[in-house]
Amino acid sequence: MRTLQQTTQEVLDLAAKHFNVPVGSLVPEDDFFKKLGIDSLQTLEMLSRLENHFGIELPDYEVQGVSDFKTLAERIQSRL
Amino acid sequence: MKNFTGKTLRWEWREGVIDLTLDQEPANEIGTAMLAELEEFVATFGVIAPETSVCIITSARKSVFSAGADLRELYHGAAALPEKERLAGVRDFLERIHAVLNVIDAAPFVTIAAVHGVCFGGGLELALACDIIVADKMARFAFPELRLGLIPGFGGIPRLKRDLGNAFVRDLLFTGRTVNATRAQAVGLVAQLAGEGEALRIARSTAAQITKFDAVARAAAKKFIKPIPHDELRREIDLFCELFTRPAVMAALKKFVEGSGPMPYLP
Repeated sequence: MRTLQQTTQEVLDLAAKHFNVPVGSLVPEDDFFKKLGIDSLQTLEMLSRLENHFGIELPDYEVQGVSDFKTLAERIQSRL
Repeated sequence: MKNFTGKTLRWEWREGVIDLTLDQEPANEIGTAMLAELEEFVATFGVIAPETSVCIITSARKSVFSAGADLRELYHGAAALPEKERLAGVRDFLERIHAVLNVIDAAPFVTIAAVHGVCFGGGLELALACDIIVADKMARFAFPELRLGLIPGFGGIPRLKRDLGNAFVRDLLFTGRTVNATRAQAVGLVAQLAGEGEALRIARSTAAQITKFDAVARAAAKKFIKPIPHDELRREIDLFCELFTRPAVMAALKKFVEGSGPMPYLP
């Protein structure tokens, strides 16, 4: 099973790839709405990508209000 | 009319397959303009049906099949009317969209929804009227209406229940959550899962297979296996209208229309 640290890194890598930014440019504490300037459709795309990658379901209500990678990774970890 | 390009959609007939492509900014919301063109589309069925095997419904919008009913139009249209007159307009719209979806549902040819991206509310209800849903693995499905104090109004509950049973309907309805294409396939909503950007290609390949079979047997099989739940559809319209008259609904619509949250496609 992945550790939270591994999960967080995979989330950062996926986000960097999906939004076409350098892998090292994102850190767990980043606010992804501000840092990546993503809109609602892109948010849903990212959610799908994360679910497909980790093989989980992440209901919207569990990530509502979440805006940083660290908390997002914690929500994912609780579903692994 | 085998080919048509309107303001919100277009269709093109080719060798027994008709493609209906939704193309309205920003997210293929179904309002009065798209409804009027959908009415024109289904009005052609009587003429095109004898030489049509398959209809593929798809979207030209990036990341969106359809975000559902045009809630902005619904809110502004209702807000402009005296309270007593609001319901008549809503009921008329529902009667018309139900008539369109019933024709699509019962079409004497096979209908395939090729879905990518957002497929919410009325968009999901349009897909549910089809015989087969082919979904891109990045597609997401939802019935977010309860967030507004409403129920799906375009036939979603009876059709989803017809296809899948009550348990998944309740999950979608009561949580308002979005589900991904993998989950949708696991519960039987999605017939075929496509890679990213491949839903339309797979729908075309499926259509090519379907056209090989006998048209009379195909139509008979469809009529036998896919009865339209008319009584429940009528009750859905009544229940939607009953709920719509509550002040809480207008307040929720207002909040949605004026909101600027990070997920505006979810009310």
